[in-house]
Amino acid sequence: MQLFRPGANTIATVMIAAIGAAPVLAVGLSYEVMLSPYVTNQNISRNQPVPFSHEHHVSGLGLDCRYCHASVEKARFAGIPPTETCMTCHSQIWTNALMLAPVRESLSKNQPIAWERVHRLPDYVYFDHSVHVAKGVGCTTCHGDVGRMRLMRQAAPLTMQWCLDCHRSPERFLRPREAVFDPNWQAPKNQAEIGPKLAAGYHINTGHLTDCTICHR
Amino acid sequence: MTLRSLSSLLLLSLALAGCGDHSMSQQNRYSTFSKAGLFRDGTEAQPLPQGTVAQGDPERSRQITTPPAVDMALLSRGRERYDIYCSPCHGFSGHGDGMIVQRGFPAPPSYHSARLRSADAQHFFDVITHGYGAMYSYAARVEPRDRWAIIAYIRALQQSQHADVADVPELRSKLP
Ligand code: HEC
Ligand code: HEC
Ligand code: HEC
Ligand code: HEC
Ligand code: HEC
Ligand code: HEC
Repeated sequence: MQLFRPGANTIATVMIAAIGAAPVLAVGLSYEVMLSPYVTNQNISRNQPVPFSHEHHVSGLGLDCRYCHASVEKARFAGIPPTETCMTCHSQIWTNALMLAPVRESLSKNQPIAWERVHRLPDYVYFDHSVHVAKGVGCTTCHGDVGRMRLMRQAAPLTMQWCLDCHRSPERFLRPREAVFDPNWQAPKNQAEIGPKLAAGYHINTGHLTDCTICHR
Repeated sequence: MTLRSLSSLLLLSLALAGCGDHSMSQQNRYSTFSKAGLFRDGTEAQPLPQGTVAQGDPERSRQITTPPAVDMALLSRGRERYDIYCSPCHGFSGHGDGMIVQRGFPAPPSYHSARLRSADAQHFFDVITHGYGAMYSYAARVEPRDRWAIIAYIRALQQSQHADVADVPELRSKLP
């Protein structure tokens, strides 16, 4: 009597292979999910109370980031501009635009505009803007092409791997002091040559930059 | 079910439960700029109460009353700050024709007018600190020391539009 059909051997081999592969695939899949925009929020725009356009204000009008994000050189936080900053211009121009009604309402009610946060690190991570800006890391290196964004989105994954990738060898991204706020900066062809010189000039010591306590304090 | 499969089931459910716990990534405190129901305006970023007077910061008071010595470092700081905060309306050379004015903002007076050329530095300081007519105050974004730096740079701009060939001796030989 024959218990197994002729194909049974193949099925058995496939099953054994599948049992072996399953954990690998499962781990791979969960990594894929973990690093996917679904989890990291990369490239997702939020609905804002006012459709504020960086493209318009940065590329169109040539405003410097610091006109609005005034604390970025001095503090951990870049700062979100208060309503009054919008009003330095919009008290006189586009004063009747429907789009700007929430801004005017915020001013008259003395109630801040409730912007939805786009970037958000977990609370157990310590991040500081001022040190990066002072050491020649430009805004667009981390925030992407802000001058082309109609609505703000998170250009980088903001994972630990992403931070570490730069902290291991930041010289690939360093700019001269005056180019840090330039929204159109591109690494020059000889970056490999000038990067290390800039790093030395900024006194960057990568020896401790990957210590856990730098970012988890 | 065997004990082993039971315990692995237990481990698995524990691991899954861990996924829903955000107590470390969203700790039970307000972070900068977060929503905060405790305050009437609903934000953690509270403005100073009206009428607050800085106490015990003699350095800041000193910076307001004493203009720093003018040197090249102060001038380049002034240029940087001017380009960020003033040039959108006053223009890079101070003629009052900046980008925002080209888009319809009321034109400010040129820095090169006789009146503003003879205005004293304190007037400029007060305009930055308190605003002037259609222009808002820039005190929240421009520190006292930077205000003096900007004024020094405006003086340089004024000079640049009223310079004489005699002011630049080396230039004489280069002119046709
Ligand atoms: C006219 C004022 C203004 C200027 C100039 C400006 N921003 Fe913004 N920025 C805002 C406002 C308002 C928000 C909040 C609304 C939003 O997210 O779009 C914002 C949000 C952001 C955010 C996201 C914050 C979050 O929620 O995580 C980033 C990043 C940013 N800006 C970077 C820049 C950079 C880089 C520049 C210079 C190239 C710049 N901004 C210039 C007003 C400005
Ligand atoms: C330095 C001046 C200036 C500041 C500060 C400023 N804006 Fe504007 N904004 C303008 C100008 C000028 C226009 C019209 C653009 C044009 O004419 O091309 C405009 C247009 C707009 C528009 C409609 C046009 C569009 O599609 O983007 C919105 C919405 C807006 N601004 C929101 C804001 C908000 C919110 C703030 C505060 C965070 C702000 N602006 C700060 C100068 C400014
Ligand atoms: C080294 C990478 C890096 C650089 C360089 C950088 N940012 Fe950020 N930025 C971040 C991260 C990460 C966050 C999220 C911080 C958090 O959630 O605590 C952030 C958040 C922000 C926010 C939201 C408010 C806040 O402060 O948390 C703004 C606005 C912003 N950045 C603007 C800027 C501007 C303007 C520059 C250039 C002057 C700049 N950033 C340079 C990484 C960077
Ligand atoms: C593009 C490059 C780059 C990226 C991306 C970057 N950093 Fe940095 N970071 C630097 C440089 C350069 C320094 C300055 C090192 C020094 O001062 O020697 C620095 C310094 C720091 C410091 C201060 C270190 C000290 O000495 O106290 C902290 C904290 C920090 N980074 C956190 C982060 C976190 C968190 C992220 C990711 C969200 C991040 N960084 C992403 C380049 C980067
Ligand atoms: C340059 C900054 C930086 C350094 C250095 C760093 N981390 Fe992190 N770490 C982060 C960031 C950012 C996150 C959040 C990642 C996210 O939200 O996806 C994180 C997350 C974590 C998490 C949580 C992971 C998770 O998936 O929940 C652990 C655990 C961790 N780090 C451990 C460490 C250890 C151990 C070290 C030292 C070997 C270290 N980190 C060094 C930036 C850093
Ligand atoms: C949003 C546009 C705008 C910006 C930015 C701006 N100003 Fe003005 N400024 C004006 C306007 C408009 C006037 C004319 C006000 C009036 O007469 O109602 C003015 C007037 C002045 C005057 C002349 C006052 C007088 O006696 O007539 C000075 C000085 C001045 N601004 C300095 C500055 C400085 C310094 C900065 C940068 C810190 C600055 N402004 C930024 C719009 C602006």
